[in-house]
Amino acid sequence: MRDVAILGVGMTKFGELWDRSFREIGIEAGFQALVDAKLSSGDLGALYLGNMASGSLIAQEHIAPLILDYSGLGPHHIAAVRVEGGGASGALALHEGWLAVASGAHDFVVVGGAEKLTDVPDVEASRITGGTADHEWEAVFGATLPGLWAMIARRHMHDFGTTREAFAQVAVQMHENGSKNPNAHYRNKITLEAVTGATPVAEPLGMLDCAPFSDGAAAVVLGPMERARKFTDTPIRLAASQVACDAMALHHRREITTVDSTVVAAKRAFAQARRAPADVQLVEVNDAYTIAGLVALEDLGFVEKGKSGPAFLNGEFARGARLSMNTSGGLKSQGQPFGAVGVAQAVEIVRQLRGEAKERQVSGATLGLAHNLGGTGGTSVVHLLERTN
Amino acid sequence: MTIARFWRETPQRYNLGGAKCTVCQTVYFPPRSVCPSCAQHRQSIGKLEPFHLSGEGEVVTFSVVHDAAEGFEMQVPYVLAIVRTREGPQLTGQVVDVDPKEVKIGLKVRATFRKLREEGKAGVIHYGYKFAPAEDWDGRPPGRGMPAHVPSELPTRPAEGSARA
Ligand SMILES: [Zn+2]
Repeated sequence: MRDVAILGVGMTKFGELWDRSFREIGIEAGFQALVDAKLSSGDLGALYLGNMASGSLIAQEHIAPLILDYSGLGPHHIAAVRVEGGGASGALALHEGWLAVASGAHDFVVVGGAEKLTDVPDVEASRITGGTADHEWEAVFGATLPGLWAMIARRHMHDFGTTREAFAQVAVQMHENGSKNPNAHYRNKITLEAVTGATPVAEPLGMLDCAPFSDGAAAVVLGPMERARKFTDTPIRLAASQVACDAMALHHRREITTVDSTVVAAKRAFAQARRAPADVQLVEVNDAYTIAGLVALEDLGFVEKGKSGPAFLNGEFARGARLSMNTSGGLKSQGQPFGAVGVAQAVEIVRQLRGEAKERQVSGATLGLAHNLGGTGGTSVVHLLERTN
Repeated sequence: MTIARFWRETPQRYNLGGAKCTVCQTVYFPPRSVCPSCAQHRQSIGKLEPFHLSGEGEVVTFSVVHDAAEGFEMQVPYVLAIVRTREGPQLTGQVVDVDPKEVKIGLKVRATFRKLREEGKAGVIHYGYKFAPAEDWDGRPPGRGMPAHVPSELPTRPAEGSARA
């Protein structure tokens, strides 16, 4: 396997993009990434597109060739492949792109992620996204995604004494981070009292513990590291790309409060890169629900199991602290267009490592980790991104 | 969901029919055809036998759901829980016949046969297990609270031409 570099990145604004179609946002992100990589479309070998549920959301399947076609790449007849893994679809697509370039099957590929969630009413979006958990043995009995994460929160509070304020503070911090991100769905700051006092969704989680349904797209261009200097002065090396899976239903997992797929994907990623959690300065984690952000920090190895609450309240994961968590604002504030999330996480880390994150720039970071997850952890994907110069 | 899709799982949803691996004795719900616990998975193929859960167990964790799943709108707020059964398997279901404020981790419960949800006004009604508090389940014979046979008036098989997309 050869080393793979990210040569270019792009993304649309995330949010309720009522005036823009699925294909428009997909194309915008892809072209931004190609222009950023200074690559001509004739050099591309393949397109991988992360998307969770276009068929249910916009009645359009077979979207990878659609985006390819409307990007003007049709005449090149390159391979265009849709990749699905629930909320982890974007990072799964990135993994496919990495495999293709690392193996030598292709030299240059585009990896995109796109989702249009606001063309359907919220209740429908809830049902469709709820399908990323076990429909037959969870949803049929009244389980919703927030309900399942709420049960993780309840057990975390019971086993470790985690407080309501600890995961509420995740939302406060994410909105603070997102206020500096022009692409974020929500740029307003919120207070702890607003989070704890918000309308309950699934106790102990309220409205402001849950990431929004968003529209958006993101893309990156990958190529072999040995040829990266031709395109950019600051190629970012994909130091690790790992996927791990587990039982679909939360009740079938080894433990309620540990997402084993994340633990395993992270261990494999650190082994692949020959690095340790202490080497990481930047992390983008899946915080679709505030408690999910805390659990991810534990499962990725950044804090001992059960200790994430006090550590978070202590400011250990604020921007510029020992580990900057979700400088983008995370899913909570930057937004949650399911299939685009994993790719957007990579975009944010690349911009940080290159020193292009403007107002939200963290200084001196050289290693970042992106953590993308589907359902309650049926799939987890971990990428390590490294600046080498 | 089509009637056929729901009807297919009737033995599990109505009677808590699971499976037991005769190689390593692990119990599963819903039933499986390959045992994940056996070191050599292939050894277990064809060696899992039907096994009915007693329906008795303890609440492992729970949430009071206010923003309902589709078809559950009339039931809010409802208690959603993961229950560890006496036989080992864990499953997800509602806890009913109790003030949500009284539900705690460790609460002893017993499965009870209820209406789960309705698909719209003219749609199908789904039945299956929920759980009710049962502080007295210790020592009782397994299976209480669940019907031995599926009542005949319930839609156990799809009616001719009634399956919906
Ligand atoms: Zn076995």
